[in-house]
Amino acid sequence: MFKNFKKQWLAYRRDPKSFFLFFSVCLAALITILALFFIIAYILVKGIPNFTPDLFDRTYTTENVSLLPALINTLFIMLLSLLFAVPVGIGAAVYLTEYARRGNRLVQVVGITAETLSGIPSIIYGLFGSLFFVKYLGLGLSLLSGALTLSIMILPLIMRTTEEALRSVPDSFREGSFGLGAGKLRTVFSIVLPCAVPGILSGIILGIGRIFGESAALIFTAGTVAEIADSIFSSARTLSVHMYSISGEGLYINQTYATAVVLLVVVILINGLSGFIAKKIGGKNTDG
Amino acid sequence: MKHIKEKAMKMLFFLAACVSIAAVILICIFLFASGVPAIREIGIFQFLLGTKWKPANNLYGIFPMIVGSFYVTAGALLIGVPVGILTAVFLARFCPKSIYAFLKSAINLMAGIPSVVYGFFGLVVLVPLVREIWGGRGMSVLTASVLLGLMILPTIISVSESSIRAVPESYYEGGLALGASHERSVFFTVLPAAKSGIFAGVVLGIGRAVGETMAVIMVAGNQAVIPDSMLSGVRTLTTNIVLEMGYSTDLHREALIAVAVVLFVFILMINLSLSLLKRREK
Repeated sequence: MFKNFKKQWLAYRRDPKSFFLFFSVCLAALITILALFFIIAYILVKGIPNFTPDLFDRTYTTENVSLLPALINTLFIMLLSLLFAVPVGIGAAVYLTEYARRGNRLVQVVGITAETLSGIPSIIYGLFGSLFFVKYLGLGLSLLSGALTLSIMILPLIMRTTEEALRSVPDSFREGSFGLGAGKLRTVFSIVLPCAVPGILSGIILGIGRIFGESAALIFTAGTVAEIADSIFSSARTLSVHMYSISGEGLYINQTYATAVVLLVVVILINGLSGFIAKKIGGKNTDG
Repeated sequence: MKHIKEKAMKMLFFLAACVSIAAVILICIFLFASGVPAIREIGIFQFLLGTKWKPANNLYGIFPMIVGSFYVTAGALLIGVPVGILTAVFLARFCPKSIYAFLKSAINLMAGIPSVVYGFFGLVVLVPLVREIWGGRGMSVLTASVLLGLMILPTIISVSESSIRAVPESYYEGGLALGASHERSVFFTVLPAAKSGIFAGVVLGIGRAVGETMAVIMVAGNQAVIPDSMLSGVRTLTTNIVLEMGYSTDLHREALIAVAVVLFVFILMINLSLSLLKRREK
């Protein structure tokens, strides 16, 4: 081991350019990782001491700056968005992989539009939502408008992951099912989709992560009311929007830190979960 | 009966597939229909090249914001591209196996952190830092660039890494066989072969930087004038929309939607160049 180091060192002395390249690569990786850890550590260290029971009051007042209503609203919006985006995304992926012929024009067009959708910045989604759902369809600033906007945003993500998962199901499964006399529909629902569940789930989890972090698309669609929404037609702020509004006022720095901690913890949990599922899929592939 | 069910479900799946097409068409229609009349009323040159944005005086020139977006994005690339590509090289070719999984999940996490959290971090850490070192208010082109540079890192890293990994092993081995060191074969044979993929990653990063809103709004100072130095405040296209949308009416409101149209056209051009890049790769 030590001898190797020495040999390497001697080689580097003869070839400083290689050493420089090696050094800069390591430095860059170190910068990336340190930046991430500095952000996380800074938020956690500053935020955790600021957790008070007040922050989890059922109602928001300017005194307690409770984040609980926003958290509950976030869960509502998340469920609603998934309710729209998941069936549509899975249905679209099923059509693209199981029904459409390869090289079909529609498949290409859907691919291009999905790519376009995933490149559009969230503020444009926000404006579109406020023009279309809020004004044109008359839904007003509401949970529903926000959720519909977000569901378009996460649709390409769910479509793509589901499509990949469906394509990785071997054709022999489908042939076996047809051979036993099952129709196309039955094959899709009882053979192909169940096999693709882990992949679909990982897409949904990534979508949840995006919903939790989104703010620009929600300010003009779901609004910024800091109360728990009574119905899907009332305006409400999610946790990210809540954090943005209280950070802007400059009075609630401590509460903003605490809110940031909650958001970070959610994101870390979601990432851990999707990593876990990805590992499970990987494991299954090497077995079979 | 069964036949009908099959047909009906096929139709449903087909409709689901069409939703994304419909969404793109709707977005285009609604943005252009509300934004283009405003551009026509203001005058396209007045709008794009006017240097004064004063809605109260009916002056709607977005040139300062276009320049602002450009500066901030260029600054972000200056930081994000070298660090990102070198980190990708590290991950693909230098990283010990034992820490790879850890680094990879750290970078995924970095991509998942919400932009408000990045923005808040910028506000409480970077802004005071810039103020201490270089003076001024701290909310500046420089601050926004550094923050955005961090935010686009995960995009650049993951796209570049997978394209470096896609280069055939024989390239690397050929380099070694000719007597090059590990570093030299990676940098002078593998990396050039991966350049179109890396470029695609950079273009994706540009898209992210141009479109970022909430993080920039918290650290950029938001003055609607052309910045005269790295330390003066700046307003980008995206932040202009969020800052004024809440209280705008009539032409002002339509002008803001027109700003979104300009942004949308930028993003469409970026998407187009991406798909051209991909086509060339094949």
